[in-house]
Amino acid sequence: MSLYSAETRRLTKRRFTKLFLLGVTLILAAVAAGMFFTNEKAGPAQIASAQAQAQQDYQRSLEQFQRDQAACQAAQGTAQASNWPPGCEGMIEPTAEDFQAQWYMPPTFDFRESFPDMVTTLAALLAMVAFIVGASFVGAEWSSGGMMNLLLWRPQRLRVLGTKLAALLVFFTALTVVFSAVWTGLFYLIAQARGSSESMTSGAWQSIALMELRGLALVIVAGAVGFGLASLGRHTAMALGVTIGAVIVFQFGLGTVLSLASVKFAEAYLIPVWMIAWMDKEVKIEDYNSCDFSSASGCVPDSLTLTWPMAGGVLAAVFVVIVVASMWTMRSRDVT
Amino acid sequence: MTAVLEIAGLQKTYRSRKGVRRALDGFDMTVEAGQVHGFLGPNGSGKTTTLRTLLGLIRPNGGRMAILGREVPASLPEVAGQVGAIVESPQFFGNFTAQDTLSLLADAGGVRKERVVAVLELVGLRDRAKDRVKTYSLGMKQRLAVASALLKEPKLLILDEPANGLDPGGIREMRTLMRNLAESGMTVVLSSHILGEIQLICDSVTIISAGRRVAAGSVADVLKTHTSLSVKVALEPGVDMRNAIELLRANGAQVTVEHDHFTVGNAGNPAQITRILAEREIYVSELTPMSADLESVFLELTGTAPVEGQNRQVDQSAAAPAPASGGWGQ
Repeated sequence: MSLYSAETRRLTKRRFTKLFLLGVTLILAAVAAGMFFTNEKAGPAQIASAQAQAQQDYQRSLEQFQRDQAACQAAQGTAQASNWPPGCEGMIEPTAEDFQAQWYMPPTFDFRESFPDMVTTLAALLAMVAFIVGASFVGAEWSSGGMMNLLLWRPQRLRVLGTKLAALLVFFTALTVVFSAVWTGLFYLIAQARGSSESMTSGAWQSIALMELRGLALVIVAGAVGFGLASLGRHTAMALGVTIGAVIVFQFGLGTVLSLASVKFAEAYLIPVWMIAWMDKEVKIEDYNSCDFSSASGCVPDSLTLTWPMAGGVLAAVFVVIVVASMWTMRSRDVT
Repeated sequence: MTAVLEIAGLQKTYRSRKGVRRALDGFDMTVEAGQVHGFLGPNGSGKTTTLRTLLGLIRPNGGRMAILGREVPASLPEVAGQVGAIVESPQFFGNFTAQDTLSLLADAGGVRKERVVAVLELVGLRDRAKDRVKTYSLGMKQRLAVASALLKEPKLLILDEPANGLDPGGIREMRTLMRNLAESGMTVVLSSHILGEIQLICDSVTIISAGRRVAAGSVADVLKTHTSLSVKVALEPGVDMRNAIELLRANGAQVTVEHDHFTVGNAGNPAQITRILAEREIYVSELTPMSADLESVFLELTGTAPVEGQNRQVDQSAAAPAPASGGWGQ
């Protein structure tokens, strides 16, 4: 326990951790402020204004149509007739349905509809911070010689590395839980002030809670992967280098090669697609080069649906492989 | 006396594309309780590898080691609380203060918090304890490293080059500290290249070269074994010293040239020097047995004495033990 509390203290005392937490807090505050100021509550005044604007636009469009029709009629039999449809047919008169008041409503924050995107935003930002802080937490220890010092005090390599990882993951679990609670409360207030939360049922709340839980899992895996990669390379730069390499190879290189080779469902090889599948429960990828013809709906492209259990399996596999590899090298490699 | 540290037949081999390198080749070492023990060896001889292996940082390929009577590395977790160590240059996380650094180590090792203040006072860092380590000089980092090793009130203290970076006052303080610690019952193993210091403060020494022990015992015994072998030779004024040196070297003498004289390092029978030189009508004006200091014994045993006109490479040192007695001319 003493080692665990020392590692937690070490993590929270680090300037790097403090700076990144401050940074992510500021970014999240900016997102919340942006959502607050760009949304408006839909009251009778906004509805009346939208209806008036819709009506105004409809009238303007109607007048323009009438002018065009008159000009077309006048041009018949002259050289100008080619500028208009033959016989002035096919000119469609606008209707009131083309100018619905709801399209003129100011943006409003519907909690049930819009908050899931905010959950994904929070999870992605915290996962990035967990990855970098996790990598630096152990990477800086290796490169500064702190790890060797620690091993002179506690010559139990797996326990030292395992405790460090546990301290990191528990810290980010607590952080994510607190941030998620504050984030949910904040956006609930924004919905109250600048939108609506009326459609929230207990099922909808449950769905959001589960989504936040999946976000927590993403943060934990990101932290463990950053930590594991930096421990394998015994330097923070190892984790960051592998990540940049993976982005270049998998996202740009592999993505380009697969699309050039017209590989079916090429997006399935891209990391963000799996993350979206994990957070949004599923992602449907369509192959637009294929045609599954049916008399009822015509040409329908083949599709592949990635579900959250599939994405969860990938996350679990990455977690296990990297953590086990880092523990194995910690146990077997000399500390020089 | 009981042995606090025992190493027997320790082996460590590094394999790389360039081949196999034996860093430790059956190394032996014994340190008795309550002593200040000097651990000497040229660069690359295996000193740090030995200490790292002993402390569980490197896995050995063979041999056995024991600390405080317990086999290591198997029992290292149990004895680690009684061993304070610094290995090579002091390494700390630069953005933490000295107080934070020691406090975190104390937490990790279950040591009382009061010890942090006590050891900072002991090594002279009390007034700079709240400064970041990255603002410290090398000597201050060295003091912090010694403080970290002393934090758990160890029975065995292992210090790798503790005087590195210290000013003359700091070296003297370190010397006094080592002696005081030994007097309080602590066993101190000291690796250093400052051989004068080792001679002053150590009770016993082990000298390692090319991964093997080449000498061990009390400082007095090691010096006594090699005292009679070196002689200072001066020639009559005006005689060309180079001819004499070439002549002696041709006969197997290990000659070191000084400003107005030379020394023969392996002169088991000094009469041979006068006889060889006199045969060529070169006459000796002074022939004095030299009392060996630890530095000359070290250079002789490890074969690392500078040779005029040669640039010795790091791995060039004596692999086999030097003869304990006798020498050229006997």
